[in-house]
Amino acid sequence: MIAYVIRRLFTGVVLLLVVSLATFVIFFVVPRLAGASPDTLASRYVGKAPTPQAVQAVKERLGLDDPLIVQYGRFVKGIVAGNEYKAGNDVVLCNTPCFGYSFRNSVEVWPQLMDRLPVTASLAAGAALLWLLAGVSIGVVSALRRGSFFDRLGMTTALAGVSLPVFFTGLVSLALFSYYWEIFPAGGSYTPITENPGLWAYSLVLPWCTLAFLYAAMYARLTRAGMLDTMNEDYIRTARAKGLREGAVVTRHGLRAALTPIVTIFGLDLGLMLGGAVLTESTFGLPGMGKLAVDAIRGSDLPIVLGVTMFTAFFVVIANIIVDLLYAVIDPRVRLG
Amino acid sequence: MTGLEQGVSATLTAPLDVTGTAGEVTPEATLSGAERAIQGRSLGQIAWMRLRRDRVAIAGGIVVILLILMAIFAPLIVRVIGHPPNEWHQEMIDPTLSTAKGVFGGVSLDFLFGVEPLNGRDLFSRVVYGARVSILVGFGATLLSVVIGTFFGVVAGFFGGWVDSVISRVMDVFLAFPLLLFAMSLAGVIPDNAFGLTGDGLRIAILIFVIGFFNWPYVGRIIRGQTLSLREREFVDAARSLGARNGYILRKELLPNLVAPILVYATLLIPTNILFEAALAFLGVGVAPPTATWGGMLSSAVPFYSVAPNFMLAPGLAIFVTVLAFNLLGDGLRDALDPRAR
Repeated sequence: MIAYVIRRLFTGVVLLLVVSLATFVIFFVVPRLAGASPDTLASRYVGKAPTPQAVQAVKERLGLDDPLIVQYGRFVKGIVAGNEYKAGNDVVLCNTPCFGYSFRNSVEVWPQLMDRLPVTASLAAGAALLWLLAGVSIGVVSALRRGSFFDRLGMTTALAGVSLPVFFTGLVSLALFSYYWEIFPAGGSYTPITENPGLWAYSLVLPWCTLAFLYAAMYARLTRAGMLDTMNEDYIRTARAKGLREGAVVTRHGLRAALTPIVTIFGLDLGLMLGGAVLTESTFGLPGMGKLAVDAIRGSDLPIVLGVTMFTAFFVVIANIIVDLLYAVIDPRVRLG
Repeated sequence: MTGLEQGVSATLTAPLDVTGTAGEVTPEATLSGAERAIQGRSLGQIAWMRLRRDRVAIAGGIVVILLILMAIFAPLIVRVIGHPPNEWHQEMIDPTLSTAKGVFGGVSLDFLFGVEPLNGRDLFSRVVYGARVSILVGFGATLLSVVIGTFFGVVAGFFGGWVDSVISRVMDVFLAFPLLLFAMSLAGVIPDNAFGLTGDGLRIAILIFVIGFFNWPYVGRIIRGQTLSLREREFVDAARSLGARNGYILRKELLPNLVAPILVYATLLIPTNILFEAALAFLGVGVAPPTATWGGMLSSAVPFYSVAPNFMLAPGLAIFVTVLAFNLLGDGLRDALDPRAR
């Protein structure tokens, strides 16, 4: 068990390095391959219509003329030990963990990420709770009553759910529940939980439901498929043959095995979402990390985009490690193997 | 499997097992053959028989064909019923409210889906033209994913050992990436003029490459699993005992048996990729305006959701119908090619 944990943690660290390399490649190597010079690259960091002096300063600060390997070394060092961006005598400090510096607004990226994280976390946590409950239970019941009216209704709804983009369902729900019936607030309203928990929940009901609808649909389909598979296994017949109650057969033997892949996917999904539910936040105007990234792309403020991308990738990797550790709890074969 | 917000791979659920249909004659075939004169049917014919009986899948297939025709003949359709997609119709706009005159955003025989607020562009024409980008990117990206995924999947599954571990690890890494953010960033950092392309051509090429390149592990994982199980089958042993080399076994014994899963998952990947393209366009990093894209139209419809619901319904329902049709066809193909996965 301890060896398993150590092995997982080790792969996690390797994954983090790979992710940082991939992010670096996207932001600094691909543009070069596409024919961008250090100057045009630097101009992407200072907003629309930059002055030549500003571009020159950014180029110097980021060291865009240095060899790529040196640049990557500095990039990684920043995350671990902070960075200094020098242009002549002018030095900008970027504290650990340095996820970049927005030259456009003269602020470090990390505090901005921390600022937006609670919004994204609120959205993700509520939606995840809803979709797990709804998706898994609908999937289980559909599988057990295969071919019934409930199954057909549930699966038709689920198919519609996975075929609808979240930014469309979001708009429709805003039009119906906020504009037409005036039950919930319009887009762009958000109250922090620390200010007023009631208003917080009220302002998030529509985003939660919109996001949960899509994921519940996915999870219902996955759970149903998984349950249908496991309920045909020999060990289910054995469990029944030894006289176990049907409820216990379903939960302890059927669902437990069917849940393993769901847990993997849930870890990935949650990790991704903590890095910003980009589409939902944009649709509902929630000031989370996804919205931060989208606004930054529109305003040519690349360091922010880079920061959010890295941060999300880190979340996914960490979520993966946690999932792997959870595996050992759910699936006895992992502990033994 | 990632859960990108718009549900990449939401549709790639039940594992497809070709072994049931690949090697043996299915009972269905012997049954129906026994009634009449005994008649050999190829696997393709058997699958087609099953698919034909699945009305929902056939309906999906018909819609898909119609959509492809609509995309190809967009200029013709728009010339007959509609107006050029970027033509402004200020006469349709109420000058004080800047929304469309008439009922439900100006829906009329002349403007089937009404007009856009502010500039009065014909929504029907824009939806028809939007299909071109969606279908092109959807198919292009899927083709790329299938080519890369099949290659690495087969190599990993067939050779096993360290080759398999390396490729599998790489696929894990890909699946752990925040796809949408990476795609956004890539689309954001590439200059407006690159690889000898500019404008819409460059944007579409970037979209196909980004979406296709990041999605190949979904195909790769499935093909790897299939190859692993096919490799152990008797007909491969038979071929080997007759002295066949690896290259021959790959081409003549494995690939023909992989056609079914490739076809099914390609069909199911297309709608995922269409949703992805729409999401990028919605975020403003897809094909640049004024070229019509469904995602781009939805994004401009955001400020008008209360006053001009037709503006968001037209592209939104277009995405829904398209994605649903592909999903239904894909599910039907899966059932037809592998009755056990139903």
